[in-house]
Amino acid sequence: MTKAILLALLMAGGAAAAATPREMITTYAAEAARQAPGFQPSARRGAEFYARRFAVSEKMPACVSCHTDSPVQAGRHVVTGKAIKPLAPRAEAARFSDPAKTEKWFRRNCTEVLGRECSAAEKADFVQFLAEGL
Amino acid sequence: MSTAKLSLLAAALILSSAARADRLPVPADAPPSFKAECGGCHLPFPPALLTAPDWKRVMARLDKHYGDNASLDEKTRRELEEFLVRNAPNRSRMAGEGDPPRLTASAWFRREHRQVPESLWRDARVNSASNCTACHSRAEQGSYRGREIALPELREKH
Repeated sequence: MTKAILLALLMAGGAAAAATPREMITTYAAEAARQAPGFQPSARRGAEFYARRFAVSEKMPACVSCHTDSPVQAGRHVVTGKAIKPLAPRAEAARFSDPAKTEKWFRRNCTEVLGRECSAAEKADFVQFLAEGL
Repeated sequence: MSTAKLSLLAAALILSSAARADRLPVPADAPPSFKAECGGCHLPFPPALLTAPDWKRVMARLDKHYGDNASLDEKTRRELEEFLVRNAPNRSRMAGEGDPPRLTASAWFRREHRQVPESLWRDARVNSASNCTACHSRAEQGSYRGREIALPELREKH
């Protein structure tokens, strides 16, 4: 019975293949290494990226505009005021566990905040910082 | 029917329509993408709050969604548009204003919120008229009753 429910839930999730933040870092790092051989993800670069003011968007100049200075804290959407759960998996276990969802939000938020899509290297560094801290 | 019975019926009708105004549950035929996508940045607004033509205009320009890019893949976009249109009311007082239309500008919304002072919409706790949960503490459950209002200065008026 429980198994049947679990199976149904999994199927309802559709293409939502489960992953871990570490697996995502590995995937992004491998893609980055194809463009720049020897690439190693860096939490320090990720932290710098997280705090950087890109100033492309007036209302959302940086990641921290909505996610606050600390990714283990809950944030708030600057336009709508909606509460945002912490971005760091050590504070919010579901973060970076669904590759499709992660890609969707990178696409959306990078376009908004940076004015372009993020590179695989930037994503690897970013997830490294969020998953493991500095 | 006796006068007493008639007035009881009238009272029941009035009460039930009043109850409907503060109950806006998510329709049962909502696809999972409704909460996941529409609820990504804001409360997934009940389809009852805009007319069918309004929802079509909203869904036609997701790349310019009130200053944000909320683009979806075409399958999800169509699925959500069909759900919203299917559950939209056919009442002019629910028509939004602007392009894309804002549900916070409909005649109905303005009337329902006529007691809210202008300054409160800009209050740091509210931030935006689209932030339903700032005041309606059970909005996510589809309940908008006066007694659930989170801000004490507003609760007295209901």
